[in-house]
Amino acid sequence: MRYTFKRIGLLLITMLLVSFLTFLAFTLVSGDPAQTKLGTEATPERLAALRQEWGLDQPFFTRYFRWLAGFFSGNLGVSYHYSKPVWDLIASKVGVTLCMCLLSFLIITVVSIPLGIWSYRWVGGPFDWLRTAFNQLCMAVPPFFTGMLVSYGFGIVLRMFVPGNVPDLHTNFGAAVKHLFFAAVCIAIPRIAMTIRMMRSTVISEMNKSYVRTAISRGNDRHAVLTRHVLKNSLVSTITFLGQTMAEIIGGSIVVEQVFGIPGLGRFLVASIGYRDYPVVQTIVVLLAFWVVLVGTIADLLNQTIDPRLRLGGKA
Amino acid sequence: MKKKVLAITLVLALALTLLAGCGKSSAPAAATTTETPTASDAAERPNELSIGVAQDFDSLDPHHATAAGTKEVLFNVFEGLVKPTSEGQLVPAVASDVKVSDDGLTYTFTLRQGVKFHNGDTVDMQDVVFSIDRNRLAEEGGAALIPALGVIEDLSYDDTTLTLKLSEPSLELLSYMTLAIIPADYDQQETAPVGTGPFKFVSREAQDNMVLERFADYWGTPAKLDKVTFRIIENVEGLVMGLQSGALDLVMHLTSNETAQLSTKDFHVEEGSMNLVQALYLNNAVKPFDDVRVRQALCYGVDKQGIIDRAFDGYGIPLGTSMFPSFGKYYDESLTDYYTHDVEKAKELLAEAGYPNGFDMTISVPSNYQPHVDTAEVIKEQLKDIGVNATILPVEWGVWLSDVYGAREYQSTITGLTSDNMTARKLLERFGSQISNNFTNYNNSEYDEILAKAVTSTSDEEQTALYRQLEVNLTENAANVYIQDMADLVAVRNGVEGLTFYPLYVLDVSTLYWAD
Amino acid sequence: MKNKKINGYLLAGIIITAFLLLLTVYGAIHTPYSPTAYTGMKFEAPSAAHLFGTDKLGRDIFSRVLKGMGTTLSVALITVIIGAVVGTAVGAVTGYFGGLVDDTLMRINDALTAFPSILMALLVISLLGPERKSSLILALGIVFIPSFARVTRTAFASLRDVNYITSARLMGAGNGRILLLHLLPNTGRVLLPALTIGFNNAVLAEASMSFLRITPLETSLGYMLSEAQGMLATAPWYALSTGLVIALLVFGVGLIGEGLQQRNKEA
Repeated sequence: MRYTFKRIGLLLITMLLVSFLTFLAFTLVSGDPAQTKLGTEATPERLAALRQEWGLDQPFFTRYFRWLAGFFSGNLGVSYHYSKPVWDLIASKVGVTLCMCLLSFLIITVVSIPLGIWSYRWVGGPFDWLRTAFNQLCMAVPPFFTGMLVSYGFGIVLRMFVPGNVPDLHTNFGAAVKHLFFAAVCIAIPRIAMTIRMMRSTVISEMNKSYVRTAISRGNDRHAVLTRHVLKNSLVSTITFLGQTMAEIIGGSIVVEQVFGIPGLGRFLVASIGYRDYPVVQTIVVLLAFWVVLVGTIADLLNQTIDPRLRLGGKA
Repeated sequence: MKKKVLAITLVLALALTLLAGCGKSSAPAAATTTETPTASDAAERPNELSIGVAQDFDSLDPHHATAAGTKEVLFNVFEGLVKPTSEGQLVPAVASDVKVSDDGLTYTFTLRQGVKFHNGDTVDMQDVVFSIDRNRLAEEGGAALIPALGVIEDLSYDDTTLTLKLSEPSLELLSYMTLAIIPADYDQQETAPVGTGPFKFVSREAQDNMVLERFADYWGTPAKLDKVTFRIIENVEGLVMGLQSGALDLVMHLTSNETAQLSTKDFHVEEGSMNLVQALYLNNAVKPFDDVRVRQALCYGVDKQGIIDRAFDGYGIPLGTSMFPSFGKYYDESLTDYYTHDVEKAKELLAEAGYPNGFDMTISVPSNYQPHVDTAEVIKEQLKDIGVNATILPVEWGVWLSDVYGAREYQSTITGLTSDNMTARKLLERFGSQISNNFTNYNNSEYDEILAKAVTSTSDEEQTALYRQLEVNLTENAANVYIQDMADLVAVRNGVEGLTFYPLYVLDVSTLYWAD
Repeated sequence: MKNKKINGYLLAGIIITAFLLLLTVYGAIHTPYSPTAYTGMKFEAPSAAHLFGTDKLGRDIFSRVLKGMGTTLSVALITVIIGAVVGTAVGAVTGYFGGLVDDTLMRINDALTAFPSILMALLVISLLGPERKSSLILALGIVFIPSFARVTRTAFASLRDVNYITSARLMGAGNGRILLLHLLPNTGRVLLPALTIGFNNAVLAEASMSFLRITPLETSLGYMLSEAQGMLATAPWYALSTGLVIALLVFGVGLIGEGLQQRNKEA
């Protein structure tokens, strides 16, 4: 329990750090929100008025603490570009991206875990090299390249979905999921290959450990040993790896959302950085950070439950 | 052993079937949506259109919106006392009649009776005065939204007429009276705009779409479509894909490379012009562009038609100054060929200016706009012939605005300058040496003198002549390397007709219809 | 066992990578056409004159791909080197010393992981000026530090209390000596796959940045691929040639990594 609290505390610290870094980045990045908003119509008077309205004329720390206070009281600020409360803008996008990432994660888990276990049996087999090479190939193809081919092939030629028109998640869940499925697969393919590769090498190294050799030499069925001991012991590293994958999927989703024209968080982040819409960017970055750290924390806590020895190590 | 393998295979197969089933089970749901209007199902095709736009809208308050892409679409939702026609004339809209006194100092507007806002209220004089004052008077702690309205000295009105008295004659005042008339005391304009136009606002999802519906109580010619959905897809590749997939029916502002991707079975392409001045804008204050001979050398060195042929498949109208043909009387066509492509002459001028071996320069280009990037790449190749070695710096748009346009820290840049109303002033005033948005640092005392005279002129004829002198001045002094007014290619799904081009950056949706 | 097979990955990887490297070097010295000159009609299909066809301005795609490989390779390599060197240093310090140093550095590490790389790229460009290539390299290098730090930290931490290290410490070896001479060589096992995965990610990251038009590099493979997306209908060879070259590049390095790892395991 104490450990859980410690992890949650660390989670908060990380998020604070991220929000501070983002805020700092804004003051250093060239490009002025007021100038971006007014474009080529800008006059010095209107620029000054906007900067004042947004509080950009205040000192750095005043602005940061004001934002922080707002954040903790549930006020995420108002978007510069849209003149709308930030949360109203991003709420639906959180849903879309979350749905796509969870879908992708589901595909990765469902496909790679059985294949990962199974792959142990290929070791030394006649076509093992072919499988390994294929695995490497899957890792090598960039998701946005797959994305282009998939959206052209399945979307435009086969008309299985309509790129550029994602059905609304609330009113038409099934159709939206079907649409997002194609993007999720593109994100999943290289990750599946990585997970299989990781699992395979963990299982192999575990099988070579003396306790396994002893167990087998005492006449236990190889497969029974595999399922009873080896898998349990390699579960820890698999969970850690999948946790990391879950965090990285979000990063990978940015480009794929662009390719498929999916109105998600990543695309919104890119566009908002372009508009220098700092209240929006700030919120999205903190949300993403929360996601990354949360997934890591969950993976950690899960591992503690599976293997209590890890808890004694005590270090975060 | 074998059994186990089989078991695992079965599990896998099951998992895959589940996944596949997941995809399939949702298919019927997809079929019930009305998301793909294709040409074949014309019978049940709803009377609506899906239009792709590359730029997300900003504030929907017509007075606060600044993005050109927002104004382009809000044209359908809002109207002013007067509004522009596709011929570039201003005709009465919310006003039914306009009178200008002979000395150009008094404007009298008669309110059109029975014009309705989208919320059902009738437009009265309070709304009109509110809308004008909102733009004319300085906001709290800020500046007026339209500083040019400062010439209005006195504003008086009764229930049916509005009289504006000016402190000095302004022939351009009427152009500004296209400003949107909005209901007084309505504070939701930013998010749920209410105007008097042929379309009313329904909903909007940031970075995704905006939906407009026909306004049944419109005072003028009603719109033909029931509903229009604007879909936002920032990259042009995505827009093309949206057209191909059936998600979109119409996309404006494409180039020939993009329209070439579309099958003529599904689409036709209509050609208008972008109404902008695309040029290699030079920072006249930095070396070597502070020397007129160097600037002229670049003008001789760049082959406009070559650019248009190479990067734009021949679509586009070459320009020689800061004015384009749709501005009619202001446009001086003879300036286009003032500098003909002449490598030898360019080299001579460079040698004269002290650069016999050419020089190195940088071209900053907004990286989000491919046509400018393509233009830069062609210019770079052309300049090699006169010994000038150009490096292209693709700049993110926000950085371009602040560093290039705002801080003027650049050598040269490619962009397109446009005008959001029908005044030549908007295009030419920016080269006055004391003007705050003179990002080219053009500094010519003769130009400043003519400009001052032109702005306050009371005779239309005299003013037009003065503006044309300004154009000649820009060309002779090679202020910038003028390239073209880019072609505006619009991909339209076959069956959709009625597209009208304006000399302004607007898309009139009210004339579009499905021909059956 | 089966040494032949193990070297097979390595061999195949080396052959592919060497072939691409040779092409890149060749491209740096000489290309069939200038990658920026107009040497044909637009959208010419692949032919003997233009191996990969021509693009929308009539430029030779093969020459552009050759140049693009140079850009992409150099960016990816330097990026990974920055990430690996700094990341390993951070991982060593945090893993070996633990305690407050560990907690502090790892929190910053976590924060960096969550920080969007696009924003980082814009930040570095703003600070270093518009010379894109070095800015992009530095930005991606910083982005890659956390993953290397995380991987090596675990390795250093697990070795910290191993017997021979404890005895080395008892014999009076300094921390620096232990870190460099005893621990670093032993982290190769985890560093090697991290390097190949890192290279993989770096190629993709450069491509993504160009793809999103944040920091487009002239003639980079990612930029060309993003241009090609809208032309799949008329010039599919454009997307295919650039996309496949990226994949092949990553594939070759991946195979080398696989081969090295398997050989290590045997040893």
